[in-house]
Amino acid sequence: MAVAKAVKEKEQAPVAAAQPAVVIDPAREPIVVVDGLHIIYRVYSGGGNKGTAATALLRIIKRENRPQMKEVHAVKGVSFVAYRGDAIGVVGTNGSGKSTLLKAIAGLLPPARGGVFTDGQPSLLGVNAALMKDLTGSRNITLGCLAMGMSQEETRAKYDEVVKFADLKPGFIDYPMSTYSSGMGARLRFAIAAARTHDVMLIDEALATGDAKFKRRSKAKIDELRKDAGAVFLVAHNLDVIEETCNRVIWLDDGRIKMDGDPQQVLRAYTDATGK
Amino acid sequence: MSHPERLGSSGGETVGTIAESPHMNGTSGESLADFAARNGLKQSAARPPLRKYVQDLWQRRTFIWNFATAKTAATYSGSRLGQLWQILTPLLNAGVYYLIFGLLLGQKKGIDNYTAFLITGVFVFTFTQRSLTAGAKSVGNNLSLIRALHFPRASLPFAHVIMELQQLLISMAVLMVIVLATGEPLTWSWLLLVPALLLQLVFNIGISLAIARTGAFVRDIQQLLPFITRTWLYLSGVFFLIPEKVASLDENGYGWVGKILEINPGAVFIELVRGALMASYDKDLAGVHGVTSQPTLWLYALVWAVVAFAGGFWYFYRAEERYGRG
Repeated sequence: MAVAKAVKEKEQAPVAAAQPAVVIDPAREPIVVVDGLHIIYRVYSGGGNKGTAATALLRIIKRENRPQMKEVHAVKGVSFVAYRGDAIGVVGTNGSGKSTLLKAIAGLLPPARGGVFTDGQPSLLGVNAALMKDLTGSRNITLGCLAMGMSQEETRAKYDEVVKFADLKPGFIDYPMSTYSSGMGARLRFAIAAARTHDVMLIDEALATGDAKFKRRSKAKIDELRKDAGAVFLVAHNLDVIEETCNRVIWLDDGRIKMDGDPQQVLRAYTDATGK
Repeated sequence: MSHPERLGSSGGETVGTIAESPHMNGTSGESLADFAARNGLKQSAARPPLRKYVQDLWQRRTFIWNFATAKTAATYSGSRLGQLWQILTPLLNAGVYYLIFGLLLGQKKGIDNYTAFLITGVFVFTFTQRSLTAGAKSVGNNLSLIRALHFPRASLPFAHVIMELQQLLISMAVLMVIVLATGEPLTWSWLLLVPALLLQLVFNIGISLAIARTGAFVRDIQQLLPFITRTWLYLSGVFFLIPEKVASLDENGYGWVGKILEINPGAVFIELVRGALMASYDKDLAGVHGVTSQPTLWLYALVWAVVAFAGGFWYFYRAEERYGRG
């Protein structure tokens, strides 16, 4: 433990003051530009206050904000450029701002300072629940494809491919998605989102619950997306997945980029620092 | 969401040094934002121009219709009677109101066919009421869909009103049977039902879009909405004859209240449908002083529909990039 801490401090010395300078590769076409991004969001922690109607009224009379509102500075000045064909792994300990960064790229969190620029609309696949959990898997496929702007013919044409890719247990396609295991739900969601080519796809642990077979297939799908000149961002705690899939890794530490570069190099440094 | 000036106050974190970090391209001195702009990249999740937005929405019409149909089927899939509830719910509703207002409170005076009068009112108003309630939840209940896939968010309030429209069509079939059974003749004026309900549909979409934006950011509205719709119900002449009420208000010097009751969109659509379906209703109105004429009612309905739709759509569209945030 002590050793790990020492290593961490040594690592931190050169990079903590300023993140690695962004070097632009003029030969490649950028698809996501993150420019000095700061994300601050407010959280309501339940504790402290009694949370009764009386205290709520008192709070409104005193014109206070909601109780226990804390500001979390989750991303602190991140800059980088992602190019077409990149598959970028994002690693970091819990709470280092990985998911927040992805949400910000998707446009779901407003930047406090700085900005995110993308070509096309990013699509974010998170870990949480189904798309429409009260509807059957098959309805989810149809509606998901239609929502992404595919025509009815395209949807019909793609349907079998999606079913095959999700590879659910027989019969499950006709059950509501709320009855799916987390792995099955994640597979179906990924399959639906992958039915259409996306310019930017953000995958937040969405593949973590899949089994080995699915991981292989999703890697193939990600490679395909990269070939179509999109960019894929992958957050995963399973470093093997990142090493196999990505051509570049960004290591976030406490909301800052600590390292950005070749997967093997970054992952080795990350593993050393976290003492795995 | 957060105030930039509060940057320094978060947990004692000093951000000054990072903010000055060189997010500049070392070679040409061009900032990253300029670099992004030069390569045609746009601010993530920016709102598309209105024209493009309308086109996108029109392109999603199959999604809207299929979404509504699937959701309706799913709503009833858990219950034993299944989709039979689509018919039972309006019938039971009408039964309850008839019991209270028709039999117990005896509101019938001056109305020849009170059953048809009451049930028409209940069914027509329910369409608006349920559209409003569904609209308020349409964004909040579909957050995972909004976050995962990109589509014009207005599809969701639209789809929820279409769900209610599908319910309304069933209710209308039930209503026609009831109206015929209570002795009204089948006349050409029944055809007026179509434009009346179309105008109401447009109006409902408009108010649903507006309440959808409010409900997406202020969840409290969902607690408040039942009280608002119930007050509106009681003001819309579902149980009583509006012209009669207006006349008595006029006598007491509250003419402006009467005017509000008269142009109230809830009442306007109900009156139009009653006029279309109930031949006996014309005779009821003939004896009352100061009845709003049919052409005036149609004008009110048209103005309400256009104003609500244009206003609601614009209001919803203005926050397009913010739905699903947080």
